[in-house]
Parts: sequence; structure tokens; C-alpha cells
Amino acid sequence: MRLNALRLLLLIVIVASWELVSGRVISEFFISRPSVIVGILREWTVNGSILFHAGITAGEAFSGFLLGGLAGMTVGIVLGRARLLADVVDPFIMAFYSLPKIALAPLFILWFGIGMDMKIVLTGTVVFFLVFLNTYTGVRNVSRELVAILSLMGAREWHLLAKVVIPSAVTWVFAGLRISVPYALIGAIVGELIASNRGLGFLLADAAGQFDTGGVFAALIAIMLLAFLLNTAVKYTERKAMPWKSADETREVTI
Amino acid sequence: MSSAVVEFENIGKLFEAGRQAVRAVEHVDLGVHDGEFVTIVGPSGCGKSTLLNMAAGLLQPTEGTVRYRGVPVTAYNHATGYMTQNDHLLPWRDVVGNIAVPLEIKRFPRASIRERVQALIDLVGLTGFERSYPAQLSGGMRKRTALARLLAYDPETFLMDEPFAALDAQLRVNMQIEVRRLCRRLNKTVLFVTHDLDEAVALGDRCVVFSPRPGTIRKIVDIPLAPTRDLLRLRHDPAYVAMTAELWDMIAPSLAATGGEPV
Repeated sequence: MRLNALRLLLLIVIVASWELVSGRVISEFFISRPSVIVGILREWTVNGSILFHAGITAGEAFSGFLLGGLAGMTVGIVLGRARLLADVVDPFIMAFYSLPKIALAPLFILWFGIGMDMKIVLTGTVVFFLVFLNTYTGVRNVSRELVAILSLMGAREWHLLAKVVIPSAVTWVFAGLRISVPYALIGAIVGELIASNRGLGFLLADAAGQFDTGGVFAALIAIMLLAFLLNTAVKYTERKAMPWKSADETREVTI
Repeated sequence: MSSAVVEFENIGKLFEAGRQAVRAVEHVDLGVHDGEFVTIVGPSGCGKSTLLNMAAGLLQPTEGTVRYRGVPVTAYNHATGYMTQNDHLLPWRDVVGNIAVPLEIKRFPRASIRERVQALIDLVGLTGFERSYPAQLSGGMRKRTALARLLAYDPETFLMDEPFAALDAQLRVNMQIEVRRLCRRLNKTVLFVTHDLDEAVALGDRCVVFSPRPGTIRKIVDIPLAPTRDLLRLRHDPAYVAMTAELWDMIAPSLAATGGEPV
């Protein structure tokens, strides 16, 4: 409660000094001012354009997130369990991993055009590697004793996958998903900046093109809110998917 | 010995540890009979656990043959089940889920799994903790869960590797009584590894005493106690006292030789 009050206070101080400084110390052209930004956001909300553009970006980020996450998980599990295959493909994967994924954007424009597909694929590619590497590490770290004990009970590979490997890798998968959220937005926004006529990235580039600093800040705030929502969604899913974790966190600690 | 369930025939095992080869056990000959409770006692690092691993088929001997009911053990031996010091429960499953694992693997129908699991929970005294995760359980309750899981799997032979080493004295006696009672009632063959002489004598029908590494069998003794014994009153039993004293004298010299390293 007190913490939230202090946070609110800090926010008020920042916004107030911004409002005061703007036009007096630093030209309004460069930093706009909070009252103007709020006005723009209100206008966008009223005419519905913010919802439309945010919906586009969220759709791209979310679809890419889902696609890249699922693919990363699948490949991570398969390679984590198949040692030889992992060793064979390792240099190829590392080569692709080192490539800045954004550099693939022009290629994806050639393949998929400038619609949503291209942003989804770009986001998916970025997310894929993060989730894949985490899942792979997680699968490799599965307790060999647990695997041995279940194998002794007659467990086959799919039993091991379902009962040991995947549940124990889930922690790692979510770690990968959590760090992927900002990158998923990078994929979507950069895709829109490069080529599009809709989405928050387009809104941002459009405002900047008209030297509308207030519009730029308004678009940035909208992107921030979207990132916050995605983060919250991942955390919520994580808690739901791993009830044993929260059970572990709420127990009393004894040494 | 025609009725031997597990047979170790001149077993030797070499471990590669970097450039060095460590000889864990050598010249081990042992036959475990149907329904027998055999305890294996010896100093730490004498290869007791290695023997259990070989009976389960997790490890292959470098020399000799391990047979199970006359057949050499070359792969996972599904007739055996493990209980270890570390419970190896699945942290993401509650008590019910953990006990159900072997039944799910054996493809029991859902209703029958639920019924069996509940019966086992009542049997080992975990009623009321069905929905707790291992992290929320005490050491003793985790043991009970592991025991219930083993009973659900219901293998012919139990391999127990210092299962109660981490428990406090009272809890340990309780678990010993229960394990001994259950194994007698279900006529299980048991190989029970421990570093605790008292435990080895109290639980076993026969006791195998190991030397320090490389582990060899020093002696195999028949425990002169009744099959249905009262573990709580053993301290007053002259046969028990004499037996533990005799084994202690046998192990003590090797203790002095290793500088009194705890057994």
C-alpha cells in the first residue's frame, strides 16, 4: 500500500517536472508535454484508432509469440532427447542464432509481402531461438535418477516425456517465454516500422514523419502498455501451468 | 540354490574416473532367496549401491554375471523397484499423482487407479495429505509417499538404498517397522543397503557385511531373530545385542585403518 503510494508520488513528480520543463527549458518540439500527449491519447481512444492499431500489433506479437514458442519448445524437446541429432545440427543452429533476426526482415517482405504475415514470421523467428535454447537446456537438465526410476517401472519414451521431461523443462520454457516478450514486440514493431500501413509501429513512424512529437510519445506509451499486458499474461499462465511452484513459494522456509 | 531370485556370480565392477580406474566391488558371490530380507552393511563407498544398481540393470558388471530368476540381467529389470535416500518424487505431482505414476504406466483404468491410490494412502498413513506437493511434505511423509509408490508399482523385489538415512531416530524406527511388516505380509524379496549396523540386524533375515573399497563380502550371517519380531523391544533381546556386537567387532578394525571415517 505504502509502496504504491510512493510509486504514484514518483510518477506525479516525473510528469509534473516534464510539464514544467517543456517549453521553458527544453523546446516543446523535442519533448512535447504530458497534457498534449494525454490529449492525443484521448483523441485516439475516442476515434478508435488506438484500439485498431494496438489490436494489429498485439495480434502480430501474440501470433508470432505462440508460433515461435511452440516451435521452439518442440525442437528443444526433440533435440534435448536426441543427442546425436543435436550434435549434428548444433553448428547450423548457432549460425542462425548469431544472425540478428531483424536482418531477415527484407527477405520476409519478399516472401510474405508487407501484411501481418511478415511481422508474425519475424516475431516468431526471434521468439523461437530464445524458447528453443531455454527448453533445450531444461531438457538436458532433467534428473537422470527420475528417468531411471520411471524406466525401471517400465516407462517408455512418451511416458518419460509426459511425466518427467516436459514438466521439469516447463520452468525453463517459461523463463524463455518471459525474456521473449520484449523481443516479440521488437519483431512486430520493427516489422511495422520497415513496411506497413497499420499497427502501433506505423502510428509511431507516421507521427514522427509529421514531426508530431506528442504523437510519438503517445504511441510509445501505448507500446509500453501492450508490453505490460503481454508480460502479465505470461506470468499468469506460468502460475496456472505450475501449481507446484506456487505451493513451493508459499511454504514456510526452514533450514 | 535353485530358489535364488537374485544371484551375483563373482561380480567385479570397475569405474572409469578420468584416467584412473576405481574398483568398486570384486569377487562378490551372493544369492538372495524368495521372500528373503537381506541387508547389506558396510562403510560408505564400498560398492553396496553398485550391487543394487546391477540387480536393477542400471549398471553392467565388468566381471561376472548378475542373474534374476536364472536369466542374466542386461537391461532395466522391471521385476525390481527402487527406494532411495533421496525420494525421487516428481515435484510437479501431488501425493496422489506421484503414487499413481506406476499405475498410469501400466495403463490401469482411471477408476481403478483412484481406488488403489486411496487404499495405499490409507495403508502408509498419508490420509489428509492427498493434494500436497512433495515440497510441502516433511521428510517422513515423503518417505511414505515413495513407499506407497513402490507398493503401487508392486515389483517382486524391493531394492532399498539407505532409504531412512535422513530420518530422525523415532521416525526411522516407525518406518522400519512398517517396511518389515509390509514386506513380510506381501512376501517381498528385499535387498536393503545401509551403513547402520543396528538397522542391518534389526531388519534382516540375513546380513551381508562388506569390506571397504574395493568392496568384497567379509561375511554373511543369519540373523537369529524371529521373522515376526518386535522392533521396539529389540534392545532387550540378548540375541540382537550379541549379533550387533559381533558385527561391530568385525567392522571396527577397518574403521581404524581408514582413520575412523564414519561408517
